[in-house]
Amino acid sequence: MSHAEGGNSESHADLPVAARVRRLEERVVAAGLTTDADLDAYLTKFLERASPMNGARLVARAWTDPAFRERMLADGNSAAAELGVGSADPARQGFQLRVVENTATVHNVVVCTLCSCYPLALLGPSPSWYKSHAYRARVVREPRVVLAEFGLELPEELEIAVWDSNSEARYMVLPRRPDGTADLDDEALTRLVTREGLIGTALV
Amino acid sequence: MGGQLGFGPVPVVVGGEPAFHAAWEARVFALSSVLLRAGAYNVDEFRDAIERIPPETYLRTSYYERWLMAIEDLLEAKGLA
Repeated sequence: MSHAEGGNSESHADLPVAARVRRLEERVVAAGLTTDADLDAYLTKFLERASPMNGARLVARAWTDPAFRERMLADGNSAAAELGVGSADPARQGFQLRVVENTATVHNVVVCTLCSCYPLALLGPSPSWYKSHAYRARVVREPRVVLAEFGLELPEELEIAVWDSNSEARYMVLPRRPDGTADLDDEALTRLVTREGLIGTALV
Repeated sequence: MGGQLGFGPVPVVVGGEPAFHAAWEARVFALSSVLLRAGAYNVDEFRDAIERIPPETYLRTSYYERWLMAIEDLLEAKGLA
């Protein structure tokens, strides 16, 4: 295939990258695979809608509604659809959503060692560190050390479970509800939940 | 990549980051997503195309450059564009 060094003229590997992208876009549009308007619309919609606020809403509801929590742990896609932040059909959503729950004995953390797959619609655009070689390579080998680099020092007795995304499944962490939040409503609870909390590199 | 050591500390930056660091990155992201949805290739094929990038190229290119290479490669292999 064409990844070899010195590539062929079709890959335009010697052009500045922005020009290469433009060339690719022109070819794709000329081939009838999409249109510039489709690409613009997709991007606008993505930037408007994909947000960790969506994941945070799922978490807040799970904290206040035990039956919803059960449903979400059993079938993340249906739970997301219930709150209007996703499709119940994994094929339509583009992934099967698996929510992993932090407990008194297990802390969960999410990675994609292959690239940077994660539930974009629920967590928003992925941060650079999530895409970095260092995070992807090391969190599966030495999660405790990596989490400490985020300032998250976990007690030795707390087990750390690392979830590596694959082409079907995307993971989201259900953090533990912080103490002293019993009187907060869903909206206030939603504001406590961060993207890093949903990935597992921070507590909430 | 998973399990390798020697990459140094994670470049932790929490919050305040733009979704994309250049306009072309956003276009690559949109192209990839729209082509996936159009059925030009599936997620398995896309991930595999990234994995097939030779290690020395993989390590010196940026994240969305690798996406660009994967899209170019898949479309060429399939004769789609």
